[in-house]
Amino acid sequence: MTEFFGVPVVVLLGQVLLGLINGSFYALLSLGLAIIFGMLNVINFSHGAFYMLGGFVTWIIFSHLGIGYWPGLLIAPIVVGLIGALSERLLLRHLYGVDPLYSLLFTFGAAMMLEGLFRYIFGSAGKPYPMPSALSGGYNLGFMFLPVYRVWVIAIALVVCFGTWFAIERTRLGAYLRAGTENPVLVQAFGINVPALLTLTYGFCVGLAGFAGALAAPIYQVGPSMGANLIIIVFAVVVIGGMGSIAGTIVTGLALGIVEGLTKVFFPTASAITVFIMMILVLMIRPNGLFGRER
Amino acid sequence: MPATDKPRLQVDNLQAWYDESHVLHGMTLNVGDGEIVTLIGRNGAGKTTTMRAIMGVLRKRQGTIRYKDQDIVALAPHKVPRLGIGYVPEERGIFASLNVIENLTLPPVTQPGGMSLNEIFALFPNLQGRNRTIGTRLSGGEQQMLAIARVLRSGADFILLDEPTEGLAPVIVDQIAVSLQILKQRGLTILLVEQNLQFASAIADRHYVVEQGEVVDEVQNHALAANMGKLNAYLGV
Ligand SMILES: Nc1ncnc2c1ncn2[C@@H]1O[C@H](COP(=O)(O)OP(=O)(O)OP(=O)(O)O)[C@@H](O)[C@H]1O
Ligand SMILES: [Mg+2]
Repeated sequence: MTEFFGVPVVVLLGQVLLGLINGSFYALLSLGLAIIFGMLNVINFSHGAFYMLGGFVTWIIFSHLGIGYWPGLLIAPIVVGLIGALSERLLLRHLYGVDPLYSLLFTFGAAMMLEGLFRYIFGSAGKPYPMPSALSGGYNLGFMFLPVYRVWVIAIALVVCFGTWFAIERTRLGAYLRAGTENPVLVQAFGINVPALLTLTYGFCVGLAGFAGALAAPIYQVGPSMGANLIIIVFAVVVIGGMGSIAGTIVTGLALGIVEGLTKVFFPTASAITVFIMMILVLMIRPNGLFGRER
Repeated sequence: MPATDKPRLQVDNLQAWYDESHVLHGMTLNVGDGEIVTLIGRNGAGKTTTMRAIMGVLRKRQGTIRYKDQDIVALAPHKVPRLGIGYVPEERGIFASLNVIENLTLPPVTQPGGMSLNEIFALFPNLQGRNRTIGTRLSGGEQQMLAIARVLRSGADFILLDEPTEGLAPVIVDQIAVSLQILKQRGLTILLVEQNLQFASAIADRHYVVEQGEVVDEVQNHALAANMGKLNAYLGV
């Protein structure tokens, strides 16, 4: 059997695939974080809680209303996005004029409250969510077994990430967003309603987190702490990628997933901290991140 | 008196602050339909601040600002440009994350009668064929043209133009002067901040002298030559 540094290639491929799945979630989440930071200057510690909320919306509408995976994939991001937009409009907005530390503390506190609320109502245990029948099973590639759902996660995450990239880099609304990130006052002086643009941005980005939560439901169990575990890594991904580039953030998310997966093969004990070691290395060599611009 | 007899823009006893620092101390001025009026004065006199206060970009203000006989002080900042008021800021404000065509088409069209892209490229040939260039990669003069072109496309027929010739080579200054003449012929109304009196006299109808946040004098363009000594004293040159 073919081997690579003493490790069967099949095992390597399996880990790359697993890594890509994690990377898909990193990409979906870090993308939203980076856009929110660029546009609102808010370090959104609620992002993981919104991811959890997406998972729970999917699970609740299934277990209580019988609404299945496919509608859930649409409903979860919409519900999460609306809640996010509302919280921006009513609460977060009032913290723009002051030190960014306040909004950081606010989003952190909001995340704690939301997670605490769900733990109180639903308990800490993860809720299993059935694999949708169209996506269960797998392909036997001869040398390895490829679960359909994993392929689906990677594919849909890539599509959504690309769609977001396209919307920001190639459309008129995206041009407003880029210009607003640079100079919101001037964008406003051209007749664009910047406060509404901020609400839309926040709603859309946390909606992405909600979508990731729905996507996670069948493979990771839905539980109150699912977001808290993930979000720390996602923050590291954003730091490594830097804030400058949408495409860079997506690529960094996927790449770090793979690197993490491969570390599991070669240094299993180090896999949990791979991302953080990468972060330290990158910060030492390029303080603005791999794709970052000077700020 | 019918509304049309009133000046297009009427600013009365305008006060403005940056945080605690009181910068405008009762600016009073008006601009009639189709007029080109300049604000001249030394550095730090408050010319830019006046424009920022009119646009509503600077929020801490008192006094009256009427445009087409409507009070615009109470309007949200994004509603002011929608009245057809275009702003060309002193720092030009070309976006580095947008290419030339994106910069050009960024301001939404607020009124019919704006220039088409073809008309804009005829007015500023330097911009033609540069669509995919990053906005801030253009030369200073080209960025100024882009900043002017951007508001012309939006249909604005009243333009606040802050020091368009600052730091530009004479040949570019001439080109901008010609384009402003064309805009004047099209009937646009312009409030211009300008330190270059020669440039200003070639296109303006009237000049206000601003000192320490107040209008201290007003000179008709035809009387400019006769008042040169006085103006030079104001400007300290
Ligand atoms: N952002 C700001 N914060 C605090 N003070 C400011 C700010 N901008 C301008 N000022 C002050 O307000 C006063 C008027 O400035 P303004 O920019 O309006 O002058 P100006 O007439 O446009 O000058 P210049 O010819 O140099 O452009 C100056 O004393 C300036 O120092
Ligand atoms: Mg100025």
